[in-house]
Amino acid sequence: MTITMPPILQVENLYKSFDNTAILKGVSLRLHQGEIKVLIGPSGSGKSTLLQCINCLVQPDRGEILLDGTAVDRTSKTSLCRLRQEVGMIFQDFNLFDHLTALNNIIIPLRKVKKICRREAEKRARLELEQVGLADKTELYPAQLSGGQKQRVAMARALAMDPKALLLDEPTSALDPELIGEVIAVIKNLAARGMTMLMATHQISLIATLADEILFMEQGSIVEHGSPSVLLAPGSNSKSQGFCDRLNELSDGRE
Amino acid sequence: MQSSISIVIDALPYLLSGFFNTAAIVLMAMFLGLLLGIGIAVGLVYGGRMLRFLLGLYVWFFRGVPVLVLLFLFYFGLFPYLHLPINALVSVSVVLGMTTGAYQANIFKGAIIALPRGQFNAASALGMSTFQAIRTIILPQALRHSIPAWSNEYSIILKDSALAFVIGAPEIMARTQFVASRTYQHLSLYIVAGLLYFLLTWLGVTSLRYLEQKVKIPGYSHHGMR
Amino acid sequence: MMELFSPFYQELFAALNRGFLMSVALILPSAVGGICIGIAIGSVRVYTRPLFRRLGDAYAALFRGTPLVVQLFILYFGLPNIGLYLSPYAAAVIGFILCSGAYQSEYVRGALLSIRRGQYLGAYALGLTSWQTISSIVIPQAIRRALYGCGNEVIYLIKYSSLAYVVTCMELTGEGKTIATEYFRFTEVFTVIGLYYLGLVTLAMMGLKKLEQLLYIPGFGRQ
Repeated sequence: MTITMPPILQVENLYKSFDNTAILKGVSLRLHQGEIKVLIGPSGSGKSTLLQCINCLVQPDRGEILLDGTAVDRTSKTSLCRLRQEVGMIFQDFNLFDHLTALNNIIIPLRKVKKICRREAEKRARLELEQVGLADKTELYPAQLSGGQKQRVAMARALAMDPKALLLDEPTSALDPELIGEVIAVIKNLAARGMTMLMATHQISLIATLADEILFMEQGSIVEHGSPSVLLAPGSNSKSQGFCDRLNELSDGRE
Repeated sequence: MQSSISIVIDALPYLLSGFFNTAAIVLMAMFLGLLLGIGIAVGLVYGGRMLRFLLGLYVWFFRGVPVLVLLFLFYFGLFPYLHLPINALVSVSVVLGMTTGAYQANIFKGAIIALPRGQFNAASALGMSTFQAIRTIILPQALRHSIPAWSNEYSIILKDSALAFVIGAPEIMARTQFVASRTYQHLSLYIVAGLLYFLLTWLGVTSLRYLEQKVKIPGYSHHGMR
Repeated sequence: MMELFSPFYQELFAALNRGFLMSVALILPSAVGGICIGIAIGSVRVYTRPLFRRLGDAYAALFRGTPLVVQLFILYFGLPNIGLYLSPYAAAVIGFILCSGAYQSEYVRGALLSIRRGQYLGAYALGLTSWQTISSIVIPQAIRRALYGCGNEVIYLIKYSSLAYVVTCMELTGEGKTIATEYFRFTEVFTVIGLYYLGLVTLAMMGLKKLEQLLYIPGFGRQ
């Protein structure tokens, strides 16, 4: 990785408030090719809003979003669509299209956004579903899938668009404990293939093993950042460590 | 020539007597419909095959034939044929009551079916008879859940009651038509009639909403059941 | 059985068949027009700015809060007071379209509101434009959610088409009433008319059920 390459995704000084309550207070971050950054922090700290602001599902009040070093013009619909095409998004509650089969959930954006012909799109969709281990579920509707399967379809759908980076908004939070593993496996597999990711999660195993950098958010700002080996080292007394310790206690108590 | 406003004002007391007759028709019809509806619903859910078939036929008939046709059929046809000495006002109430009975049956049936099966089982396990279980456990819950749909049914029957004038029942429409045909102020008079119906709709729906709040059981909502 | 060939029955069925065609000529344009208005007003009531939304709400409240007969009387007997004359057929169809449109808009509105925010988010996050989201995600879902209500409204319309009689449009009920009065045989005549409507309504119900099955998606039903 050379320093001269611009980051794939760069966020500069993002501000957002709802009803006079500041949710994001000047957040900046850079995501280079192949990097994985993990956002942690208490709920309500603005992680979800930050992720939604990055691909403009929520319009930030102020700040810049740069894709491959070029600032995105948020007033232009075409550049917004291009941004969202190149930055995939995984939601906590999947957001599969309820009226379409797993296969068609993937085909529809390929055809509408990428303008790929139906046959090619279907081929690609089958391939992606196979990659996440759902080759036998192609014809099922969202209501017929388990939470873990739904999230894997959502990931296949995002990946079929060939995104340059992936934003993951607590991808395992809405899942029953026994279904979390299958989603984590897919995420780890993605990491191994070098996918660039920015992920909000409370999943210790993802934080500790995958993150190149931890970003700790509190009250709308990134108050601490660094590699897990430093921040989570015993006795580092970092906020991240305290937070992860509490998560550990919670999950120990449950299992 | 009299202005339309003064004609409307002069006619108002006369229209208002129609207003009260309309209210009476709707109240009688809804009450009859309530009795029929509960009976039919219970029969449709708990009855034997033959009873269910007959009740289904009743519901199918009254939901499939226009109110206007039913009014003509009963008032000019069946009631005289059976030598029933009832006047137009009562006839309308009976016909509307039988119609809404069919619709209310479907409402109550839906509410009964939506109750968890355990409610009936628990009542039986305590030694209640089927009749006791239905009356003391099932219906009090089902009827509460039915209030919003029932309020809808009220506004439908209220509007259907405006057809009563075709058989000469002295309600809002008949009175309005009477005045309009003499003064030729059709537009303003029918607008006033519309407002009277609007008022009755509002009155009924508001009091039913009040009733719903009044009989609400804390922490118990039918939305959570589905 | 011979009775069926008596002049009374011959005249009755000739009149009822004539009236039946008129009823169909009332129902079809009213159903189509009502659905179109319902879609338009329903969308206005969900997507536009508050002023238009409130106007749409007011239209729906007005036409749902007053009896259809009153609306028909205003159109047919009231409008001439301000110099507007409508034929019985025109008054009936316009009244049916306006009234049924108000009810349809309610179902369309409910269907549009029932589509979860996540469906829009999911579509936008993949780069779909607003129009693509509406045409490939919102409309297919809304159609399925609204189908039951809208279909039932058409069934209501079949029955309420009998009200055209009160503005002297000679359809099934009106034709039958004439014969019934002439022969003074109300029970027979109105039983037969009832059967005509029962047939139409039952047919429409079966059609609606078929359509529902056709569009069925597991876990995605009526509201």
